Amino acid sequence: MIRLVALSMLALVAGISIAAAEEGQHLSSDQMAKAVKTDSITVPTPGELFAALGKSGKINWSAQYRAPIPVTYANRAQIALNLGGLIADGFIAVEAKDGQQVKNIGSDIMKLGKALGVSEQLLSRGNSINEFAENNQWDTLQEELEATQNEVKTSMQSHADQDLVILVTVGGWIRGTQVVTGAIMKNYNEAAAKVLREPTLVHFMQSKLNAISPELRQEPLVKDVSEQLGGIEKLVSFPEGKTPSAEDVKKLNEAVGKLMTKIESKD
Amino acid sequence: MKCCLRVFVLIFAFSASVVLRADTDAEVIARRDALELAGAFGNDGFKIRDGHSCGVLKPHDRTVIAVNLYAGNQYWFSVGTAEPLKKVTVGVYDEAGTQMKTEDFNNEGKTAAGFAPENSGQYFVSVDSVEGQEGSFCLVYSYK
Repeated sequence: MIRLVALSMLALVAGISIAAAEEGQHLSSDQMAKAVKTDSITVPTPGELFAALGKSGKINWSAQYRAPIPVTYANRAQIALNLGGLIADGFIAVEAKDGQQVKNIGSDIMKLGKALGVSEQLLSRGNSINEFAENNQWDTLQEELEATQNEVKTSMQSHADQDLVILVTVGGWIRGTQVVTGAIMKNYNEAAAKVLREPTLVHFMQSKLNAISPELRQEPLVKDVSEQLGGIEKLVSFPEGKTPSAEDVKKLNEAVGKLMTKIESKD
Repeated sequence: MKCCLRVFVLIFAFSASVVLRADTDAEVIARRDALELAGAFGNDGFKIRDGHSCGVLKPHDRTVIAVNLYAGNQYWFSVGTAEPLKKVTVGVYDEAGTQMKTEDFNNEGKTAAGFAPENSGQYFVSVDSVEGQEGSFCLVYSYK
């Protein structure tokens, strides 16, 4: 299974133990219901999703780029959703090992961050992103993007913009899913399609959206996103062991694509 | 060397965020240890996810944390502890609550479980206190 070369070396030196745990125990339904669920550990990053997709074969990541989006939205909810989408775009550019694209997206992230009042914290991140992109430090860039996303969210929390955090997460997930379904549609294979099974993740995001302030929840775009996530949840709720068909992937791609168009739109 | 630098940067970033979140000193220590352990997996190509879950465990207590994993990826769940909590075990369970087979690693209060899911979806990571008194733990995970 997982190679333990580095740890085996450590084990020899430090006398530590490495063993395979046996199956057998069960969690009760109460333990599962009360499990800790947080944005920072329960929601995977776009990088994790793209890493899993990359295992199924060579992906043409640059074919997944989209045209630059507007960075002058007036609505804070729309800015937060697009910020999440842009961060996912950053991960795509890193996978494509495209330094210029990373810098362009990094610049747009800073502009949207500034509109939300988090630019000061992000400024140093932006400089680092440019530096790492110029030096082709792809692994470090990916970590920097994750850190940027967390810093945006932390800044939102400290500015009493807690409700916007989930919108960044949702925007990132929608854009990531649009990219992954688009890539799978171009070259369908079962191993790749297996990454699309995420029923509880969408349910978790929906429950978080339901917990935001009534004012924000009533905003047309947020309301639309929340409603459409209900339909999308059904499209990613495959039984355990069932692989989504090419038709399933197409339906999901259409659903998230439609939602992404609304999120990007300046109307 | 590059990997060590990245781990250092992550530890520094987490330490900085600690100020904002007002984590306890014990949680900072536990997180540092978890990151150190996760950093060792970096030698094998694992990337540390920038996120964590810290808490307090009473003797023989258990915390369960929900995660969403992707088929095709491999994961290590690394846990650090702070005195007087001495030893914990880490387990991975599927969405039905059935324990999964994992590769386990233990050394001086640092524990990790390695897992490669066959199906994408929700899983649960349990952290069980098996030795010592009530104390802090911190979970981070890495993937490749």
